[in-house]
This record gives sequence, structure tokens and C-alpha cells, in this order.
Amino acid sequence: MRNHYPWWKWLIIVVVVIPGFFYALPNLFGDDLGIQIRGTRGATLTSSDLTQIQSLVDASGSVYRSIRKDDRGISIRLTTPDDQLKVRDLLEQELGNRYTIALTLLPAAPDLFASVGAKPMYLGLDLRGGVHFLMEVDMNSVSRRAQERYVADIRAALRKEKLRYKEVHNRPDGAIEIWLRDASRLPEAQKLIQQEFSGLAVDNVEVQGGEHLTVRLSESEVQDLSEFALTQNITALRNRIDELGVAEPIVQRQGDRRIVIQLPGVQDTARAKRILGRTATLEMMLVDEEHSLEAAQNGKTPPGSRLYRMRDGRSILLKKRVIYSGENIVDAAASIDTQNGGPIVSITLDAVGSRINQRITGDNIGKRMAVVYIEIRSRNKINADGQVVTDQQGRVVRVKERIEEVITAPVIRDQLGKRFQIEGLDSVTEARDLSLLLRAGSLAAPVEIIEERTVGPSLGRANIEQGFLSVIIGFVLVLVFMLLYYRTFGLFANTALGLNLVLIVAVLSMFQATLTLPGVAGIVLTVGMAVDANVLIFERIREELRNGNTPQASIHLGYDRALSTIVDANITTLIAAIVLFNFGTGPIKGFAVTLSIGILTSMFTAIFVTRGLANLMYGRKRVKSLAI
Amino acid sequence: MEFLKRDTRIDFIGRRRIAALISISIIVIVLLSLFFKGLNFGIDFTGGTLVEVSYSSSVNADEVRTNLRRSGFDNVIVQYFGTSRDLLIRLPADPEADAAETSSLILSSLRMPYGETLTQSSENDSQRCVFQDGKVGNCTVQMRRVEFVGPQVGGELTEKGGLAMLYALIGILAYVAWRFEWRFALGAVVALVHDVLVTVGMFSLLGLEFTLPVLAAVLAVIGYSLNDTIVVFDRIRENFRKMRKGTIVEIMNSGINQTLRRTLLTSLTTLLVVVTLILIGGEIIKGFAVALFIGVLVGTYSSIFVASPVVLELRIARDDMLLTKNEGEEADSLP
Repeated sequence: MRNHYPWWKWLIIVVVVIPGFFYALPNLFGDDLGIQIRGTRGATLTSSDLTQIQSLVDASGSVYRSIRKDDRGISIRLTTPDDQLKVRDLLEQELGNRYTIALTLLPAAPDLFASVGAKPMYLGLDLRGGVHFLMEVDMNSVSRRAQERYVADIRAALRKEKLRYKEVHNRPDGAIEIWLRDASRLPEAQKLIQQEFSGLAVDNVEVQGGEHLTVRLSESEVQDLSEFALTQNITALRNRIDELGVAEPIVQRQGDRRIVIQLPGVQDTARAKRILGRTATLEMMLVDEEHSLEAAQNGKTPPGSRLYRMRDGRSILLKKRVIYSGENIVDAAASIDTQNGGPIVSITLDAVGSRINQRITGDNIGKRMAVVYIEIRSRNKINADGQVVTDQQGRVVRVKERIEEVITAPVIRDQLGKRFQIEGLDSVTEARDLSLLLRAGSLAAPVEIIEERTVGPSLGRANIEQGFLSVIIGFVLVLVFMLLYYRTFGLFANTALGLNLVLIVAVLSMFQATLTLPGVAGIVLTVGMAVDANVLIFERIREELRNGNTPQASIHLGYDRALSTIVDANITTLIAAIVLFNFGTGPIKGFAVTLSIGILTSMFTAIFVTRGLANLMYGRKRVKSLAI
Repeated sequence: MEFLKRDTRIDFIGRRRIAALISISIIVIVLLSLFFKGLNFGIDFTGGTLVEVSYSSSVNADEVRTNLRRSGFDNVIVQYFGTSRDLLIRLPADPEADAAETSSLILSSLRMPYGETLTQSSENDSQRCVFQDGKVGNCTVQMRRVEFVGPQVGGELTEKGGLAMLYALIGILAYVAWRFEWRFALGAVVALVHDVLVTVGMFSLLGLEFTLPVLAAVLAVIGYSLNDTIVVFDRIRENFRKMRKGTIVEIMNSGINQTLRRTLLTSLTTLLVVVTLILIGGEIIKGFAVALFIGVLVGTYSSIFVASPVVLELRIARDDMLLTKNEGEEADSLP
């Protein structure tokens, strides 16, 4: 039967349209004012944290909608901006620096939606305000530092084998030259280096004229080092960002030497840059077990020792002398002990570190060694009234504050050298966090900001308003035009166009693709172009009517004949959109995304849905004329 | 409602010489402009720093400029942006300076005359400053936007943009050659190059800033203009099979005439939304929308006057078309 849809075609429409509306709906509820609390430096929050926070907020007398713990941390929904600030200040005072507390907006849609993953669209920084940095890691310095390390390691290895050398040095081209006092022993040295450093992938060993050896970092070693430097920098930057109090920071790698950082809502870019560029270090110290901790806590700290705080808040007495620092750590990785199956962290030290480690641990078996995390932060100076202090020129006075925290203090079981393990950890997660911390103390290589895009909140708001208004006005103009021009069929096209908008919003929400300002422009453009398919079909139907076909045949022929044209035309536009997506950076990608989604959804609505509507209206009836 | 009620029988192909003359002279003009005047590239391509600020009341741009020059920003450009309270401040890329710090320095220099310093401000709120007397309030100078692009990124982008354009054209060439015939593919690509040249050239002629969104718009124009061209080609292909007796010029003319209404209608709805974007989309989207506006106009023209004549000049013959896949066969067999 012509102009009639079988039941399964209606089923397809229902199966697409109902979830479409469902996933688009959360966008209508707006946002609640909220506060988000996360653990700093990878610490997870527990339910006791939740109880503590709950009682704090209860005591403050602020009105809140909910306090909840999820995979991101703990979020509090409040009703007024005053309460939001009040609770934030309170929490900052009461919870120590183990937490990151950030003001944020939380979707206000009912829980039903969140429970099936239906969230509002994810707005880009140009719509919500915030800072975007693109950072480049200086990989040359990574190789340079590795070379220096190898020079020291090679010297140590030669000394150990009593191969006396004249010189071991770096060449500017990245090679390392080894000159022995006795050139005839070069083959021995070569063998030694190949043996000792095979895992470190020093290759290309060659004896030049029997006088000296040159070795080079292998390609794969350079690649591994770069990879390591990049991941370590990302971890270090993430830890620093925690301090900024940003609700949903994004730190992502881009390519093989760049890092993208997005900080929604951040306004003070100078401060953000200061914090990201800051250095933190690790220091290893021995635990002072000769003196009593209680006495020290009562103010009788023995000379040469100092009280420190552990991560869990307990105190610990350490000997002031620093054994070695985080700079000597080459690598730290979490794994499982093959013997007893417990979680461990394996640490690799450089030559200097391993020499010291060997000596100190040999003398101190059975004692404990502590790993201390040290960071210098600067913040605005605040007087007793909670006011910011300024100097004569009106500049805000900033004070430096040194944060020291003992991450772990394991017992030394054996004399240690270049590689050793920390055992006795509670869980694999703890091992992973510790390895991250050990690596994240300092940046593995210098980073440079090579791109910054900051949008203030007022511009973000203006962008949303103007973007939204453009979509509405463009949409209404097209609706009016189509209705006047094609009457009943125009109504079909308009229904399809409205549905198309809903579907675009639904797909964007479902995949949490970032909606940017050019993305909004893409939606506006889609509105204008989506009716193209309908114009093609309707013009064809009119033509078939003029050719003397019956209304029923004209509808059928119109849809049929226009189909291949529509598909061809849309696929070519899609090709352009895909190229755009692959080429684009942030905002441009947003345009490519909405354009591509718009093309796909509009094909569905403009062809499949309008045909259904036409079938409903005219199918299986005797029709004398069409309102087209 | 229906305009162009009667079937049009305009001899578009017959006017291909005049059209070619018009197109070629426009292209020569824009090429000359591109060559001698060049494009006014935005900082996305050149690298540099851009700061948009909003003052709480009208501000004298000259004073701000003098003030910034005194602070050591010798090459600074200060212009009003929309209203007399909003300023756009630009600095070209400077290999000497600590580039990433420049924007922070500009902002603090702008705030200096008001004796204010930025302090902690919360999300979705105006920026708060500390004044000389120690009071805290909304800053007189509100940062609206900062863009800094290092020279590394800018150079890459120009290269990537050119490559993207090339890939899009190659992809389209391949698709059209596969679906139609190589002469059609070449015709479509000539029309596209024509559209891109004219759109980009108009930006050069009018001295408009060529930014990253404008480049995106040019790529969108490629998609749009092709859309138009494909619709016409599709109809011509259909006519090749239907009009057994017609000459090639007649077949092409009827194809263009039959799709004329659709071509104009779709351009109209698209222009409706594009004009909406120009008028209310805001300053950032304006350049993007203007590029689309030019592109849609030129694309409509080229799908009528450029694409098909090129196919004709490439000496397309009826046999070439009958060998390709017979798309409308199923529909033809219906009563």
C-alpha cells in the first residue's frame, strides 16, 4: 500500500524520539548553586568525611538542597549565593588542606535523569567563562637531563669495575664519549655498558679508532623518557590545580608534547599561571626513633630533629638531615609483589641517589625512612578581620607558606641501592597514589604556556544569551517562511525542524560533547540548511503534481526521487565537516560537531519523519488536492 | 504561496561566456588584493596577545593607549569594541617578552590608574578588586576576554588550515567522481575553489579580520556550495537519461531551471539565519557569519553559472553519463 508506513517504521520513530526528548530535558532545569569538595593530591573522600561536612553545614544554619558523595567527591547544593559563600568559607576554615573546595554550578535536573546518565550539555569555556592553557613540555631538556644522568651512572659503573677512565662527557649533539686511561680495555667497557644499561637502552655502541667509545640514547629510550615526562607533568599539574579550587578542571595530553588545561570559572589568570609554574619537591629523611614523640609534641623537640605531620594528621619526629631529594628519583611505579602478592611501589634512583641510598640504608636497617612532600604556596595576606592586606601602593600583600607533609614512612628492611621497593601498603590504590606522588613532586621538564584563552563570566553570559537568541530567532524566521510557503507540508517540515533541534541537543547531552559558541552558530546554520531536504522533496512533489500525477503518486515520487539527491548533498557536506573536525582546535571542533550531528539528525527528521506525517495525513485516503 | 510559479526556461548555459567574464574579473581583482594587500590575519594565525576589557563608564582610548605605552607596551593597539566602555587591546607577538605573562601585565597596567588590584573572585560573578583604601568591590576594569597565541601555534595553524582545505577538496573530488563522473567532479571543485577564493578575497578587499572562526566558515561554505552544486548535477544526470533527444546544453539548462526554485529557497532560508547571526550573534561570531553570508551568495551563483559550464567545456558527452550508475531506475519504473 502506498503512502503507508509499516508498524516498524513508526517503532523506529518512537524509539528515536522518546529517548531524544528524555535526554534533551535535563537542559531545561537550569543549575543549582553548589560547592564541590574533592581530596587533594589524589586522596579519596570517605563517608566519615561526608558525615563531618554534613554536620558542619547543618551547624552553619545554611539552607541546602542536598549533600551527596559521588565518584568526583562530595557536592552540596544550596539555594542562595550568600549561603554558597558562607558554607565555602566555613569549610575552608574547618577542613584542612587535604581538601579542594570549589564553588560551582550543579545541574538541577531531578535525580531520575542523572541515574541513567542524562545530563545537560557540557558548555565550553567560551560560554561558561574560564581559562584555557595550552602548555608545551620542553623535551630537549628531558633528553639533556637523561644524558647527564647517564654520564654519572656510567662513571659509577666504570669505577665499580675498576676500569679507570680519563673522561666521560656529553657532546652537544647528544652523544656521550668515554675515554679510558688504558684504551685496550675499551671492549671490556663496551661489554659492561651493554650489560648494565641494556634495560636503559643505551645503544649504538661503537669503538672509534680504538681510542674511545660513543654511546647515545636510543630512539625508544628518548620516546619512553618523553612519555614519562609528559605523564609526570600532567600529574604534577593536576595536583597543583587542586589548590586553585576549580570544580571541574581538565588536564589532558595533546599530541606527544603538549598539555591542555581548562579551568572553568577561573578569573585570575595571573594566579593560575603562578601556581601552575610553581615547584614542589620531595625529600627523604630518617625517622628519629631515639627520642620520644610525646616529649617533642610537648615542646621538647631534640636538636637535629623536627616534628612533621603525616597525611592522616598524626605527628612524626624526623631527623632534619635530608638524605636525598625527589630530583634523584628517576621513576616510581606501582605494582604487585610477585612473592607475597601485596601492593608495592618500585622506585628507581639516579647514580647520586643510589650511592647515598646504599650508604644510609646500610647503616640504618630496621629503622624507618620518611618521604616528605614540600611545596611553597603563596596566598593573599589576610588580617584578623578576614580583610585582604595591601601595601602603600595598594598592592595586595602576598605571603609564602611552606607546606610539608609526610607521605609515608616505611621500615628499611635491607641495604638498598639503585632500585628498591616500598612495601606494606594497604591497597593497590594507595600504591598507585604513592607512586604518583613520588613522581609528581616536581615537573619532570619545564613547561611553557604557548596559548591562553580566557573568557570572563560576563562575556560568557553574553555569548550564551546571544547564541540562544540567534537560535530562537533564526528558528522562528524559518518556521514562518516554511508555513507560509508550503502550508500543510510546511507544518510537517516545521515539526521535523523542531524535532531536529531536540535531537541535536539530545545527542550533544548524551555524548557530553563540548558546546562552544561556534557550535551554537553551527546549530543556527543547521536550522537554515535542514529545511533544504524538505524544500527538495516538496518542490519535487509540486513538480509531479504539475506533470499530472495524482496527489498520492506525487507524494510517493517526490520523496523517492529527491532521496538520492539529498543523500549525495549531505554526504559531501559531512566530508567537509569531518575534515573540519580533524583540523580544528577547541571552538572549531565544536562547530564541526554540531554541524555533523545536525546533518545526520536532519536527514532522519526531514525525510523519515515528514514522510510519516504526510502518510498519516494523506495515506490510505482519496485525496483530491494537496495543501502544498 | 509560490514564487516563480511558471516553469522558468532561462538560458543559463548560453550566458556562460558573460558569467565566465564576470567570475574571472572578480577572481583577478581578489587575487590582486590577496597578493598586494594580503589578509588581515587575526592573532590565531600571527600569534600575539589580545585583551578585551569593559570599563564601568566611558573611557578615552587615547589615554589608555598612552598609559600602556608608558608601561612599556610600545606596539600596543587600542580600539573601541562595540561601545565606548569596551576596549580591545592587541599586541603583536614579541619573541623577547615572557609572552604568557603579557596579558597579566596589561591587565594590571590598565587597573593601575584606578588603584585597584584583582583579588579572589568567584565563578559567574564580576571580578572583585582591592582598592587603595583597602576596600573590596567590583573592579572598574573588567576583563572580558584574553587570548594569547604563541608563535609556535600560529604558524602551525596556517599550515593546518591550508591542508584542511586541500583535504576537503580532495575528499569531495573523490566522492563526486565516484558518484557521477570525473568531469562533474572537476566542475564541482572549480566552483568550490571559485567560492573559496571570492570569500577569502572579499575579506582581503574589505580589510576584515581573518580569524579561526572565519576559516571554519570558509570550510562550511565549501560544504554548502557543494550541496547546491550536487543538487543541480543530480538533476542534470537524471535529464541525461530522460531527454533522449535534447542537446547537452538543453539538458543542462533544464536541470538548472528545474532546481532553480529549490536553489533560491534554500539560499533564502540559510541567509535568513546567517543574517540573524550577523545582527545578534555578537561580535565574536560576526566575522564568521559575514564569511558565511558572502559564501552562500557566491555559492548559489557558482552552482548555477560556474559548475555546469565547466563540465560542458570539459566536453561531456551523453555516453559518459549513461555509463554511470543508474540512480533513478526504480522510480522510473513506477506508474
